[in-house]
Amino acid sequence: MTMMKTLLTAAAGLALSAGAALAEPALIFDLGGKFDKSFNESAYNGAQRWAEETGGDYAEVELTSEAQREQALRRFAENGNNPIVMTGFAFGNALAEVAPDYPDTKFAIIDMVVEEPNVRSVVFNEHEGSYLVGMMAAMASDSGTVGFIGGMDIPLIRKFACGYVQGVKAVDGDAEVIQNMTGTTPAAWNDPVKGSEITKAQISQGADVIYHAAGGTGTGVLQSAADEGVLGIGVDSNQNYLHPGDVLTSMVKRVDNAVYEAMMAGDDLETGIVVMGLANGGVGYALDEHNADLVSEEMQASVDAAADRIASGDLKVHDYMSDNNCPVE
Amino acid sequence: MDFLTLLQVLDSTVRLATPLLLACLAGLFSERAGIFDIGLEGKMLMAAFLSASVAFFTGSVWIGLLAGIAASVLLSVLHGLASITFRGNQLISAVAINFLAAGLTVLIAQAWFREGGRTPSLIGGARFEPVTLPLAETLAPVPVLGPIYSELVSGHTILVYLALACVPLTWWVLWRTRFGLRLRAVGENPAAVDTAGISVVGMRYGAVVICGVLCGIAGAYLATGLQAGFVKDMTAGRGYIALAALIFAKWRPWHALGATLLFGLLQAVAVRYQNIDLGGVVIPVQVMDALPYVLTVVILAGFVGKAIPPRAGGEPYVKER
Repeated sequence: MTMMKTLLTAAAGLALSAGAALAEPALIFDLGGKFDKSFNESAYNGAQRWAEETGGDYAEVELTSEAQREQALRRFAENGNNPIVMTGFAFGNALAEVAPDYPDTKFAIIDMVVEEPNVRSVVFNEHEGSYLVGMMAAMASDSGTVGFIGGMDIPLIRKFACGYVQGVKAVDGDAEVIQNMTGTTPAAWNDPVKGSEITKAQISQGADVIYHAAGGTGTGVLQSAADEGVLGIGVDSNQNYLHPGDVLTSMVKRVDNAVYEAMMAGDDLETGIVVMGLANGGVGYALDEHNADLVSEEMQASVDAAADRIASGDLKVHDYMSDNNCPVE
Repeated sequence: MDFLTLLQVLDSTVRLATPLLLACLAGLFSERAGIFDIGLEGKMLMAAFLSASVAFFTGSVWIGLLAGIAASVLLSVLHGLASITFRGNQLISAVAINFLAAGLTVLIAQAWFREGGRTPSLIGGARFEPVTLPLAETLAPVPVLGPIYSELVSGHTILVYLALACVPLTWWVLWRTRFGLRLRAVGENPAAVDTAGISVVGMRYGAVVICGVLCGIAGAYLATGLQAGFVKDMTAGRGYIALAALIFAKWRPWHALGATLLFGLLQAVAVRYQNIDLGGVVIPVQVMDALPYVLTVVILAGFVGKAIPPRAGGEPYVKER
């Protein structure tokens, strides 16, 4: 038994030193899974881009339960992976536990702020991207009424809504924005049936462009918008392809860029809070062959102009989460 | 609120009430026969998933519907096996079914489609299209009645009309046929039924299978009628609201129709109006979402008549000790 233990310890030590020498980065996907057509897949694409460009290798794991968060973090840290990138705010607590135990390992968390000396917290300026799609919605609307459908009623989603309304009002001060939240429990992220009903209700009130920030509920929103012949706007990843010709654009969060940059930095990853906004390509709107006919050159020009002004700091989009208040309705 | 808005809210009510109604009637059959079933949610979810998947593979929504019903019946029989044959605890067996469905659907969907636990969007014949009733277009200009007919009565999928037809059918089966009398008797006093030489086990299995069929239709309606595909956990608690409606209706079919329409109306109003301003008093949308449960508690507490469940409900039948 003692012999066995010694052997095991030696083996573990060997593995540890070998891992440390290689210092492969690691990527942990959240419960949504690697191919979720959204957030996690975007992270995967970023990691793949890094791997192709550098010829490097990275370790990865797809979580299947809440309990594995801390376990996965510790395993990669013990293994000598550096940096360790994780996708999703849900890692917040686990990372705050684990990070102090491995001061020599760098961590990067997306969509959440963890204040530890060896953690990079990447947050996105969703309000800036939402402002741009709000402008496009106002320009594409014939009725002067547009809609917003949020998932669960939390400050992050109000941040989307507030940026969107500001963008709409910037184009058309008289435009009306109908806002609905799907619910107040996590079930609100996965209720496409209710998403559909809200969409139909908004359409009957005159909305002809509807932006969703509602996760799985949003599939119902985009579906109903397409069925009823109005335009939808996707969120997080490029959802234009879901209903070609019926999705005006998508507000994209470049999670792939965040992952790519963190992996590129390697051991020298700068810690602290990193804000991904329009200025550094963190958010934006999607333009591809599926919505090329919907976005006129004039529309694109004015949105790009606004994007430049936001990026340079000339135009300030109010962030709902800065004071839990929105200046426009 | 103008007339057209009212019609739109009522139209939305019918769409939202239909899955509740089907699940509620499913629970009615099962519980009238003495088998409590809080697994309506899981059965609907499984049916929603399988109907969407099969409809996607075959391109036929009808084959999808059959697959959904088959999946739901299979879970029903599993529940029956645990609670009738092996006399297990009916609540625990049903909770297990809910967990099983929540996990299995996402797991299989991921293995088949690799889209993060959802099915691809259904197109064309793979989903139920709204049915336009005869003369809907011609009658539309008629004042008042015209819009009611063309907007509210017409333009739903076939499953909505099927669900509504199930209400009188359920009443007729349970109160006007020998099978129905025996089924209700099994839920009240199984020993008496047994003495009369009728198989209690057989009757109860019959009831849970009917329950499975109705849940299957409800799930298929969610995924292929209201939506164009399955998304994980898409039933979003409708099975539990249906149970609340069943208690609210005091285990009677016509009352079930009323209860589910009322709950559907509350949801439709919540969807349409975020906050309702009643002359100075603002009712937040959360009140509307919670009202079905609050009403059920009020009923259970005995403020509005008494809700008496079938007497032998929840008790496995033991022939001889």
